[in-house]
Amino acid sequence: MDKSVQSTWDQAQKNANADYMAKRRIVIDPITRLEGHGKIDIFLNKTGDVDRAYFQVPELRGFEVFSLGRPAEDMPQITSRICGVCPTAHHMAATKALDDLYKVEPTSAAKKVRELVYNAFMLEDHALHVYILGGPDFIVGPDAPPELRNVVGVIQKVGVDVGKQVISMRRRIRELIAYVGGKVIHPVLGLPGGVAKGIAKEDLAGLQELAKDCVEFAKFTLQIFHDIVLKNEEYVKLITSEYYTHRTYYMGLMDENNKVNFYDGKIRVVDPDGKPLSEFRAQEYLDHVQEHVESWSYVKFCYLKEVGWKGFVDGADSGIYAVAPLARLNASEGMATPLAQKAYEEFFEVLGGKPVHHTLANHWARVVEMLYAAERMQELLNDPEITSKDLRNIPTEKPSVGMGVVEAPRGTLFHHFETDDNGILTKVNLIVATQNNAARMALSVEAAAKGLIKKGEVNEGLLNKVEMAFRAYDPCHACASHSLPGKMPLIAYIRNAEGEILQELRR
Amino acid sequence: MSANPEKPKVAFYWCASCGGCEESVVDLAEDILMVLDKVDIVFWPVAMDFKKADVVAMPDKSILATLVNGAIRTSEQEEMVQLLRRKSQVLIAYGACSHLGGIPALTNEFSREEVLQYVYHDAPSVVNKEGTRPQPVTEDEGRNPTLPEFRNVVRSLDQVVDVDYYLPGCAPTPKLLKEALLVLLSGELPPKGTVLAPDIALCDECPRKDSKPTDVSFTEFKRPHLHRIDPELCLLAQGFICMGPATRGGCEALCINGNMPCTGCFGPTSRVKDQGAKMLSSVSSNMAAKEENEIDRVLDGIPDPVGTFYRYGLSKCLLRRKVTAGE
Repeated sequence: MDKSVQSTWDQAQKNANADYMAKRRIVIDPITRLEGHGKIDIFLNKTGDVDRAYFQVPELRGFEVFSLGRPAEDMPQITSRICGVCPTAHHMAATKALDDLYKVEPTSAAKKVRELVYNAFMLEDHALHVYILGGPDFIVGPDAPPELRNVVGVIQKVGVDVGKQVISMRRRIRELIAYVGGKVIHPVLGLPGGVAKGIAKEDLAGLQELAKDCVEFAKFTLQIFHDIVLKNEEYVKLITSEYYTHRTYYMGLMDENNKVNFYDGKIRVVDPDGKPLSEFRAQEYLDHVQEHVESWSYVKFCYLKEVGWKGFVDGADSGIYAVAPLARLNASEGMATPLAQKAYEEFFEVLGGKPVHHTLANHWARVVEMLYAAERMQELLNDPEITSKDLRNIPTEKPSVGMGVVEAPRGTLFHHFETDDNGILTKVNLIVATQNNAARMALSVEAAAKGLIKKGEVNEGLLNKVEMAFRAYDPCHACASHSLPGKMPLIAYIRNAEGEILQELRR
Repeated sequence: MSANPEKPKVAFYWCASCGGCEESVVDLAEDILMVLDKVDIVFWPVAMDFKKADVVAMPDKSILATLVNGAIRTSEQEEMVQLLRRKSQVLIAYGACSHLGGIPALTNEFSREEVLQYVYHDAPSVVNKEGTRPQPVTEDEGRNPTLPEFRNVVRSLDQVVDVDYYLPGCAPTPKLLKEALLVLLSGELPPKGTVLAPDIALCDECPRKDSKPTDVSFTEFKRPHLHRIDPELCLLAQGFICMGPATRGGCEALCINGNMPCTGCFGPTSRVKDQGAKMLSSVSSNMAAKEENEIDRVLDGIPDPVGTFYRYGLSKCLLRRKVTAGE
């Protein structure tokens, strides 16, 4: 190991231990290689074991409120600013909510263009996580020096040529999104009843070539996952270890055959044994999803209404559920394309059948989904209708209420708009992917902290493994912080030993 | 990386933002290898594991340039940009939120209480019988997890710390970022306060420029979801509000290439004091209608003037925030 790297490494361990000795409190700030801000606050007990770990979202914005009074048709562009990494997910959920608001079906061609762009987006976003955000933990190693646990380390490990191939592939996919959507960060194609721009016949051959390369790219990524992760016993042990395992409910969007679909379908929930609990349409989400508030994080914690909020515990009695790749695979009965289906079968076979409760298996599930996204792109580009110019149905109905749902890379995403007769927003509710996962992520971080930190022994590698517990979800705290509180009164509660509030002090 | 002390150090940091600016750095694509070759990235939370303590440990002015994206709203963001200002020779406001407040600044139209009340109590999916709200300090059986404090308004970066340069856009394009980095590395720095993008109106680089009438005479304003959009013709000539005339170019008309109007994310050119006022005055002076009733009817096509004319610039414009009783 390089000398300066070694000394930074030693220093980090020393600092972490000194921090513990001084305060019995470890703060990981900022948590890194995720989208948006986050903080982990770990409290140790007298013996140096973990008493409690808080996984916090330390900021919020105000989309649900500052959208009020604005024209609903602006929402696909406004809500894409909730997240610039998954703008296409918000853009599409909002566009579908507008279809519903104006009771207008998109034309068949428009629907295909949307789904094409959407699958291209899912592929490039998953690739971002595999190679840049989460992947370095495996490709470079969870205990590697922090200086190398990133895209630079990945390129050093896999070689510049492979690195360049990944970078160029991602750029080409993003160029496809920009071609249809104008911008790739915050695209503009979505309108109720259709899309603003379609695909020209003369560009089709190039796009078909791209889709072919995408399938090869996804296959190549699966191969890398096999070679680097699955062939390494240590990693497999890590993935299946108890402190990265939670038995919860799982949610995902499915087609009519209960196969994973990112763009459209019904929402399906299965219980911790994998048995179906419920199926519902976007319009029925309020019958199934509720949010719980805690004072130590700005994010709200979603749970299943039919099971209820039982605190931060897993199991069938607790309404905590998961979304995102692992949850989608668990909630489904398969993948709708052949290569993805094969990868899906292997996934469950190796990990001991459905459902898989190992959080870190999200990384593998993500690669299975990359295959589906690429194959689906190819199917859509081989459909002659994809170049049709029949791209819009103009709304004629009076708007009132509209709801839309898509599977964001990080899980199920709900948009709910209500307007006056003129289409001006009077109510907005957004339940984003990372919010759905927030409670399970809090469980994961605490379990990892408790499982890994013993007798006050802390080092940088261990703390990184605590971070891996949330990183597997590819969480988006930019999304999670979409709502904004203002000035908060300081309130102190004085409680008795039973936890009952005896007195409340306000500043 | 840090093994080579010769390379200039660069940092990226985010405040109240969506991550699009971070993504635009990744969108340097092949050029990111050039950047990694020429500079040492010493802090970049989205992609690298350096922590705040690593920045604190650096000598003052040891970072050549820090690019900060996102607006400023919390105590934590203030502390971080003050810290990064101290450690950096050059501080760049990167992207619309940092430059002008961006979309999060639309919140300045609402009181904090309105937002709190809705998010934690009134939102249809919330169940909160205890009336819990997030707190700066939580007392939980002897443990005290903390959260940053929120300020009154959303501010641009230069309303909090001294800023040297600006890179506009929601998000800036990788091309502009690359040019800015090359300028920084060349050592031949432009005057302080420069916006590192072409100082021309978007209309000048619009592919539909030739179809823009010299005198637009508005008889109605169309909302894009209710009308077909001609993919060749100037959007203003079709009656759609396109912010091109009041907005700086440099994006190469991306939204218009997507067959949708410009919404103004690059902010004004150096010759325009207030982007929204400029657009509003341009629109009003080109109204065909002269009677009050008729003017009102035409203006019905712009149901949300603040969101239309100031979508990205509410922190830095002539409008102040909404004043609410009790604040």
